Amino acid sequence: MKISVVKDILEANDRIAQENRAIFDEKGLVVFNLMSSPGAGKTSLLEKTIDGLKDHLRMGVIEGDIQSSQDAERIARKGIPVVQINTGGACHLDGNMIRDTFKSFNFDDLDLLVVENVGNLVCPAEFQVGEDFKVMILSVPEGEDKPSKYPLMFHESKVLLINKIDLLPYVDCNIETIKEQALKVNPHLTMFEISCKTGEGLDAWYSWLKEAVRSRGVDLKGK
Amino acid sequence: MAPAWWESQWVFIVHEMSIAQSLIDILREEMVKHDAGTLRSARLHIGQLSAIVPDSLSFCFEVMTSGTELEGAKLIMEIIPLKGTCRDCKHTFEIQDYTFECPECSSTEIDTIAGQNLSIVEMEVD
Repeated sequence: MKISVVKDILEANDRIAQENRAIFDEKGLVVFNLMSSPGAGKTSLLEKTIDGLKDHLRMGVIEGDIQSSQDAERIARKGIPVVQINTGGACHLDGNMIRDTFKSFNFDDLDLLVVENVGNLVCPAEFQVGEDFKVMILSVPEGEDKPSKYPLMFHESKVLLINKIDLLPYVDCNIETIKEQALKVNPHLTMFEISCKTGEGLDAWYSWLKEAVRSRGVDLKGK
Repeated sequence: MAPAWWESQWVFIVHEMSIAQSLIDILREEMVKHDAGTLRSARLHIGQLSAIVPDSLSFCFEVMTSGTELEGAKLIMEIIPLKGTCRDCKHTFEIQDYTFECPECSSTEIDTIAGQNLSIVEMEVD
């Protein structure tokens, strides 16, 4: 017997993500999902961003890793609330894992929550967690062919941070080609060239992020 | 409940494992609804833009259904090409080479209308 069923396979996760989103919205909390391959600089970016915006907004972080709590310890040293999720093998975070962290935060004390996903250029793009938007990092040593090889993540992201530009003199990577390739896959992508090592370009990212949080109705301290 | 082996091992698990689990949950639910005992096959539509490798999904499905009422069921997967509609000139076209630009008017205001989702469309049961 043939049964016709038209169902999205990721429906269960999407539903949980929507429930998460409703909770974030109710608390006036802006949430972004930070994705990249391993070693592109997600935790370094967060360390810098926490310092750069500490006088303006109250941040919390969810750290996703297959194993270890090293990243959460790095964030905790900055004195902000952080929860580590160890996926124990899974290559991405999903809506359910994010929901399980809610009891560890007081959302009333936060303006911005960052979900640092498991380092992986493929899987995290497929699973919503309830975020307002996705931010991805591509570091220049990874090469300019990544947008065409991994189109989904570039297509789904609102912001692309091109990191480690201090290494440009040493690697065979043309930053203009990265941008051109990324814009083909996602013509609305906002891009910043940054170096978490030297701090170059980070001010523009901070300004963009402050504006993104403010535009969602969150009242920021200072300017 | 004790974790299944794929949840407890220190291995790098592909996301097809999670997808297979969601798929199995939906298939079971539909089988109960239709009072079916055996699953012969399930037909899936896999969007070109989705990051799914059909062979990995088949492998995960086979491993995870082994010894259950779903064992032996065949997954028939069809890759759905990426299609978009231009918001400006309303032209509908197949998106080539992941380039989100209208071939008629060069607009980049493109709504994806097919090729991004993963869905189950049909099941054959006894």
